Amino acid sequence: MNYNIIGKRIPKIDAGDRVSGKSVFGYDIELPGMLHGAILRTKYPSAIIKSIDISKAKKLAGVECVITADNVDTENLNFRKDHPVLKKGEVNCIRDEIAAVAAVSKEIAEKALELIEVTYVERTGIFDPLEALKKDAPQINKFSKGDNGNKNISEAFHYEHGDLAEEKKKSACIITRQYVLPKVTPTCLSPSSITANYSTVDDELTLYSSTQVPFLYQREISQVLKMDPSKIRVIQPIIGGGFGTKLDIHPFEPICALLSIKTGKPVQILFSRKEEFIHSAIRQSMVIDLTTGADKNGKFTFREVKIIKDNGAYTSWGVKTSFVIMQTFSSLYQVPACVYDADAVYTNNVFAGSIRGFGNPQATFALERNIDLMAEELGMDRAEIRLINANFPGEISGQGLEYHSCGHKPALEAVIKHSGYFTRNKKNNQGRYKRGIGLASMLHVGGGAKIYPSDGCGTTLKLDTYGYLTIITGSSEIGQGSETVLAMMAAEELGIDLKKIKVINTDTNVKPWDVGVHASRTSFVAGNSVLGALKKLKEKLSDKAAQLLNTSLEDLVFENGTIRSEKTGNSFKIDKIVRELHFKPPHELCEVSYYYEPSSEFQDKNFKGNVSSCYAFAAQAVEVEVDTLTGKVDVLHVYVGQDVGKVLNPLGLEGQIEGGVVMGLGYALSEEMIFENGYLRNFSFHDYKVPTARDIPEIHFYPIETHEKTGPYGAKGMAEAPLVPTAAAIANAVSNILGVEINSLPITPENVLKAISNKQSDQG
Amino acid sequence: METAQSKISFTINGKKVERRVRSSMLLIDFIRNELKLKGTKPGCLGGECGACTVLVDGVAVNSCLYLVINVDGKSVTTVEGLSGEEQSLDVVQLSMVEHGAVQCGFCTPGMVMAIKSFKSQCDHNHHTPDREEIKKNLEGNICRCTGYVKIIDAVEALF
Repeated sequence: MNYNIIGKRIPKIDAGDRVSGKSVFGYDIELPGMLHGAILRTKYPSAIIKSIDISKAKKLAGVECVITADNVDTENLNFRKDHPVLKKGEVNCIRDEIAAVAAVSKEIAEKALELIEVTYVERTGIFDPLEALKKDAPQINKFSKGDNGNKNISEAFHYEHGDLAEEKKKSACIITRQYVLPKVTPTCLSPSSITANYSTVDDELTLYSSTQVPFLYQREISQVLKMDPSKIRVIQPIIGGGFGTKLDIHPFEPICALLSIKTGKPVQILFSRKEEFIHSAIRQSMVIDLTTGADKNGKFTFREVKIIKDNGAYTSWGVKTSFVIMQTFSSLYQVPACVYDADAVYTNNVFAGSIRGFGNPQATFALERNIDLMAEELGMDRAEIRLINANFPGEISGQGLEYHSCGHKPALEAVIKHSGYFTRNKKNNQGRYKRGIGLASMLHVGGGAKIYPSDGCGTTLKLDTYGYLTIITGSSEIGQGSETVLAMMAAEELGIDLKKIKVINTDTNVKPWDVGVHASRTSFVAGNSVLGALKKLKEKLSDKAAQLLNTSLEDLVFENGTIRSEKTGNSFKIDKIVRELHFKPPHELCEVSYYYEPSSEFQDKNFKGNVSSCYAFAAQAVEVEVDTLTGKVDVLHVYVGQDVGKVLNPLGLEGQIEGGVVMGLGYALSEEMIFENGYLRNFSFHDYKVPTARDIPEIHFYPIETHEKTGPYGAKGMAEAPLVPTAAAIANAVSNILGVEINSLPITPENVLKAISNKQSDQG
Repeated sequence: METAQSKISFTINGKKVERRVRSSMLLIDFIRNELKLKGTKPGCLGGECGACTVLVDGVAVNSCLYLVINVDGKSVTTVEGLSGEEQSLDVVQLSMVEHGAVQCGFCTPGMVMAIKSFKSQCDHNHHTPDREEIKKNLEGNICRCTGYVKIIDAVEALF
């Protein structure tokens, strides 16, 4: 199929604003008469609060309002409603908010915080989930229902398919290992921000918020503040990085709203970089105990998984990562049996979030390490064992995932070939610097994920009398380029210039409902929604055009801003047809609405079912060089094979691949939030090392086009996938090169040297 | 307590400015809060991320580490003043757009200014940098979205 726009390298349509400083981010908003908010947080990760005295703070000139749990009326926040907005009586992690101030300047607000007197009785916190699971451990979160077998388990997931005992019998090789994954943070370049503007006249609250899920946000804020949801208008300014951090509401958001409600004035809260490190959502730490088997031919037989996740003090959407992790263990590669248990355990650590990949980088790390170890034990090649077990088109996995299109094997073959895996791996590696290649695959949802009552997205289209189209989409833009891909679809279908398309996607008072940016779903779900709306719009135009051109509907072609009759060659400009509709009978506007709901299904109580319309598959081969003297790991090349269904915009697609791989690189090599007794010790870019331009490898990308029948033009979701297998592939490469086992992250020089020295002492 | 005030005079984006300022005021705060030029971004306020990069006499500096009194008699360019009056975007900005070097865009203004400074330096020395040199010169600007590849491509295309 030939397309005019789809498949072309199209720059982001709002890039001009972003390169010239014209884009207004949340951090840039200023409203007339705006106050500045600041939050007093706990001194201790675990303590009883004896008293809070705000009298001095209230008296400070310039302070307009001081709030504590005692003078606000709110419901609890987040996934399990176990998180009070302002804490009363006790604090349970270092993020805990005790009081907040609104003042005429940020300096005065911060000065007022110093005047608030809090009396604490410090308690011994519990920072290890295993300690929290002990019988005599105190209940950490008093709102926990304790309905998962232990008072400190927030959520427990159990899944199984196949006959585990039978498959164990068939196994010629069984590998058991424990994997330990750290807490990391995406460090969005813009620190968090919120501006709240409450009108006492009409009881309406406008929130300028960087949320990724504006409609879920509107609903939850309304519950927390006990307001009518439709009285809350969420406006998303330009968002300076999301990566999952903005899926959950954090207390600073309702706090800012409360300060605005109390003062009747706009209030803004801006995080510093240090606050962003400590108080924004993180990728959760996990301990994964994994046992896997394979028969004598290397065919996988079973997986047995037990995961302990550090939930922290409260429960975010991050608790649901167990659901994606489960999918990787049950369904990445063919596997006849799987038993899986994952517990999210309360501790006095900062609470986890759900970052790009949603648990999948952790799961993939463990699984792909075990696969390498099985290959080694069976004396098989590491590529071969992956190829013979790869997922295939038409497969229905043990969990019920339906792979009507599947590029797993082609993705593996692409990276094996292009990396020179079979030739380069045999190089002599005797000197100080040793090189080698590691492999890993990944599976992720590619057609949305049915975990909320609807996984849909609405679109409204307006074609005006000048031939310009406005797309009003429910979906949100967090830098991934969704507005561009939607505009490309409209330009393709209507045959109009991309420059004549505007995308409106930032205001819950205007845009139709959408579940939000997550699960790599926007191009797929919002794309299908736009295509559905375009079909309706074209029908409307075609009826009028057929009448004007005195021809049949089948004879019409949309191109170059016109609708043309193929038979006669006669045409009308598209704006002329809109005017004919509008200013003459039937006197109609050229506007349509459409709601798209993916064809996926809800999983049953045993987590079986086809939860996404389609699935994304990828493989990566990573060539690394290890300096055995210093322990430094240098990633030279990353080869990415990924089933994207169909390439819609190569420029945007490559940007997501490269950004994902480099985020995976940081996860693999340098990033780790270091906590000591609940306190974060590294809260600056100096102490928390993210990759810079000098650290990046050569990235080679091979898109696999499987033309997914449910996708827009055959495309699948793709944006989380590129970071999922990177750390696993790097760990495999380093382990293979050195003959050691890298079973935790990050692979710092220190950890590499430790692994080398452990190996030497084992051999000695 | 009133902090000591100093009178300074300098040009910003080609326009002359005379102000009395607190001696302790940072250039970024002056740019964003006094002049309301919000294109310069406060990513860390610790000189670590580069998002607040502006040009002082054509050279890139972190405006979060620079006192505004030190621009007295100098010329400051922010992202808003880069393109001049004739065209809407500078060649650096156009190259960033064309090469897909922009995602969320919060690092972008600082990145653009750092690249502008680097490009001027190279042009001055009649030097064509290789990819490694380009990477080295972008080291002070953190981007979490793009993985840097497209930004490096955008710089390479300028020479």
